Amino acid sequence: MSVLAQAIPAPQTDYTTIIPELIVLGTGLLIVLMLAIRRFSNIGWYALIAALGFAAAGIVAYVDLWPEVTDGAATYAFSGMVAADGFSTFVVILSCVAGVLAVLLANSYLKREGLDKAEYFALLLFSAAGVQFMAMANNLVMVFLALEILSVCLYVLSAWNRDKFASQEAGMKYLLLGAYTSAIMLFGISFLYGGTGTLNIAALAQFFARNVLENQGLVFLGMALVVVGLAFKIAAVPFHMWAPDVYQGAPAPVVGYMAAAAKIAAFAALFRILFLGLSAMEVDWKPLLWGLAILSMIVGSLLALVQSDVKRMMAYSSISHAGFIAIGVAAASAEGMSGALFYLVTYTFMIAGAFAVIDCIGRKDEQYTKYEDYRGLFAREPLLAAILTFFLFALAGIPGTSGFVAKFVVFEGAAEGGQWALIGIGTVAAVIALFFYLRLIVLMYMQDSTERPDLAETRARVAAGPAVVLAVTVAATVLLGILPQGLLDMAGQAVFAL
Amino acid sequence: MTLAAASSDMPFVTLLVFIPIVGAVLIGLLVPSRRGDLAHVLGVGVSLLNLAIVIWLLVAFDADSAKFQFVERSSWIPELGIGYLMGVDGVSLFLLALTGFLFPLMLLGSYHIRRRLKHFTVLVLFLEGVQMGVFGATDLFLFFIFWELTLVPVYFLIGYWGGPDRIRAAVKFFIFTALGSAFLLAAIVATGFLADGPVSFNINEIIKTDFPLWTQRILFWGFTIGFLFKVPVVPFHSWLPDAHTEAPTAGSADLAGVLLKIGVFGLIRFSIPLFPRAAVEAVPILIALGVVGIVYAALVAMRQDDAKRLIAYTSISHMGFVVMGLFALTTTGVQGSIFQMLAHGLTTAGLFFLVGFFYDRRHSHEIAAFGGGVRTVMPVYAGVFLFMAFASAGLPGLTNFVGEALTLFGTFVGHRWFAIVAATGVILAGIYMLWLYQRLFNGELTVEENRGLKDLNARELAVIVPIAVLVLALGIYPKWVLERIEPSVDRIVTEVERKTEGTDQEYVQPEQTSPGGIEVETAPAPSEAEHDEAEDEALSGTGGEVSP
Repeated sequence: MSVLAQAIPAPQTDYTTIIPELIVLGTGLLIVLMLAIRRFSNIGWYALIAALGFAAAGIVAYVDLWPEVTDGAATYAFSGMVAADGFSTFVVILSCVAGVLAVLLANSYLKREGLDKAEYFALLLFSAAGVQFMAMANNLVMVFLALEILSVCLYVLSAWNRDKFASQEAGMKYLLLGAYTSAIMLFGISFLYGGTGTLNIAALAQFFARNVLENQGLVFLGMALVVVGLAFKIAAVPFHMWAPDVYQGAPAPVVGYMAAAAKIAAFAALFRILFLGLSAMEVDWKPLLWGLAILSMIVGSLLALVQSDVKRMMAYSSISHAGFIAIGVAAASAEGMSGALFYLVTYTFMIAGAFAVIDCIGRKDEQYTKYEDYRGLFAREPLLAAILTFFLFALAGIPGTSGFVAKFVVFEGAAEGGQWALIGIGTVAAVIALFFYLRLIVLMYMQDSTERPDLAETRARVAAGPAVVLAVTVAATVLLGILPQGLLDMAGQAVFAL
Repeated sequence: MTLAAASSDMPFVTLLVFIPIVGAVLIGLLVPSRRGDLAHVLGVGVSLLNLAIVIWLLVAFDADSAKFQFVERSSWIPELGIGYLMGVDGVSLFLLALTGFLFPLMLLGSYHIRRRLKHFTVLVLFLEGVQMGVFGATDLFLFFIFWELTLVPVYFLIGYWGGPDRIRAAVKFFIFTALGSAFLLAAIVATGFLADGPVSFNINEIIKTDFPLWTQRILFWGFTIGFLFKVPVVPFHSWLPDAHTEAPTAGSADLAGVLLKIGVFGLIRFSIPLFPRAAVEAVPILIALGVVGIVYAALVAMRQDDAKRLIAYTSISHMGFVVMGLFALTTTGVQGSIFQMLAHGLTTAGLFFLVGFFYDRRHSHEIAAFGGGVRTVMPVYAGVFLFMAFASAGLPGLTNFVGEALTLFGTFVGHRWFAIVAATGVILAGIYMLWLYQRLFNGELTVEENRGLKDLNARELAVIVPIAVLVLALGIYPKWVLERIEPSVDRIVTEVERKTEGTDQEYVQPEQTSPGGIEVETAPAPSEAEHDEAEDEALSGTGGEVSP
């Protein structure tokens, strides 16, 4: 009786901290509800709503939350389940940008392929909410939930071209392997809980500050398994096996979004768990990240050399980029972290732009994604070839593009931490990476496509959405390559206000 | 040392960098692709405008100052300690001038290109801009950006407009130089961090730091290997013959004329002044590499069947003199090495143009395609070729002689045997150049297709005559150039001496100043007596300004 009479303390709710997420989720739900009432035949309307939702969330986060969080300390809400700080707000804004780009890319694709079902946009919005909650999660269970929100949406999106075998395969493979590693991660979380008695990331740090463990085995195992779960999402070697098949099979607009979004989310969670929660175990997790970074850079670059499909090559390239971003984390310094954030922003633009071109060149059913189809592209589509070349150079880290500045800042972060070996291996990997980007460029410019009349007949169409994406991503890649100061400041503030 | 430089109102370097780049962008955007001829004319106009600014710069340059002039300083990426810092000193002045001089000629010489002439023009102009940037930057980060950006246009120039084996050559060029750049980038990041004070890539700040010896060694070699790939010095040279042979004429002329210089420029600007102790230590290795390059490349050049490839190898041989003279670390040697860069830039570019003129007529640069006797149908062409061949072989009175002589004098002082071996390179140059001339022009006309060849036309003469005039002028009166180079070189050499003094380096000798104003230092002297003797001999021969 007395127990029942006792008031259950209601969790402290502070909706102001999660306004952007509420907007994104709300827009997604709105689309689903609209679909239940009446379907517009033109999915452009849904695309518009989704884009507006992302834009509104991003603007609210930047205008309303950003000045607040960079001024003061982090605010914790919902009984410490989520944290709103500079870091999470930065990621929220970034995910909104990625979301807008993804919507613009998808609209024309869906119409062209006859897959124009508006649920696509709802899934995009939900997945972005997953990314955002992952960046804010201050509790390991919250990390897991957010990761699942993101992942489930991505599984479905990967299989969106359901009549195409490769797309089905991509979705299925991603789902099975993803579910498996989610379980591993959950397992790791349980070990961490067993070892420390808390799931709260901030409390983990306090636990290590107050206690010295006689035997770290349990906690170490938990930490390692959590890292494995997140490394899978990042597609870091040796947990990268899914990436080539999924990248090749999934629709190009999905890949252009997923490659960035999954990395943003998983790196955000890694930052928070390792830097905040387990900073006391730095000596333990640093070697793990070292290994992931080095293996990803080298294996990714080497395997990309021998591909013959552009999307598959981009998968391995994305693996190698994951390695470069991991350098920033492995540096275990504020500079490295803000460098990694900067890298993630530039990567978001570069990969969206690159896949916009790949989508246009692929045409219906994405039938032209083989290297052979790119032969002599410059003669047929000079503008698209030039833009793709630009993105390939940017991904390769040629100066004058944001890709170079990004590599430079993660190296600076590593230098700050005195990790010269990582810099050395990174530069070697960057040279190897040049090979496979160059191979594609050679095909596009320096070889003729006379023996392919089918390619000469049909011209690639660039619809309005991808055209906007291309303009924005090219501009951003140039601008961040020449005048990166503004974004570097933001990334620095984001980490400072963690 | 303070490098607080004289300020100036004219942002010369910025103009030199951005006039061609903006020109390239405007031509690229505004001129339709089918109007390649219009783009070409505009391109020539832009590059001539740049040449005018270069001439203005030459006139405005204060010959007596060792400091950076026309300095531009703006904050760029303060977060990373990176600034937009530009300046000109005696080391870079004439390299900027050479760039500004050769590019209009390159464009002029390419009027016959039919394949996407607009894109060609845009790339060449872009290349001119970034190369100006390489020579003008005094911030390591800015330098690296321009350095790496030179790769992109050259890659396309070779890969798209090149000869039959162009793809392999382009990729090889790109990968080799990018490999060098990787070392360079890692070393640049490390230098910025390890230097005293807050992170900065401003070389005028970094130079104040005296790095520990081992740090110096690692960083010096990081920078130097990157630069040696570009020079190229012999073990790193294999990309060059392919790239030169396959590149279109303008590409070869640029590679030889300007692009190779950015490697040596990097050595003078960064490797030596920033890491003097490691540089002094590395002197024997690098001089040896230079000398090996001189002799080896000269021998290989003799056995070539392709005129372009032959000239490519002579390029390596000549750059050997440059590296040798530079690492003699004497004022004469370094001065000579800079002068030799100019001389080599002019003569080799001239020779590539000349071979290109023949290629335009016969679509081959094989020696067999000439087959001898071409003199009878193209007498003017043969005459100009002979002039350039003599210049390249180091005939007194022409530019290369001055450069080679100065580098040899500068080296002889401290490294007598190296200089003696290197001097054989001059003899070998005479052999391969005259033999080349003989095989191309002398004797009976054996190849029937050559019978109807027309001699040089006005446009071709407009390209080659200015080069020939400069080759002669600089050969007769090098003083005007040398006296502008000297103060800056002198400053670098004295600084290196000062910084390496009193350390326990085995190769460092106490500072010695000769009456002629030539400062001598750093010799791996096998015996003290021999060393002094060598020095006296050399000094009595070369005191003061050298003019043949």
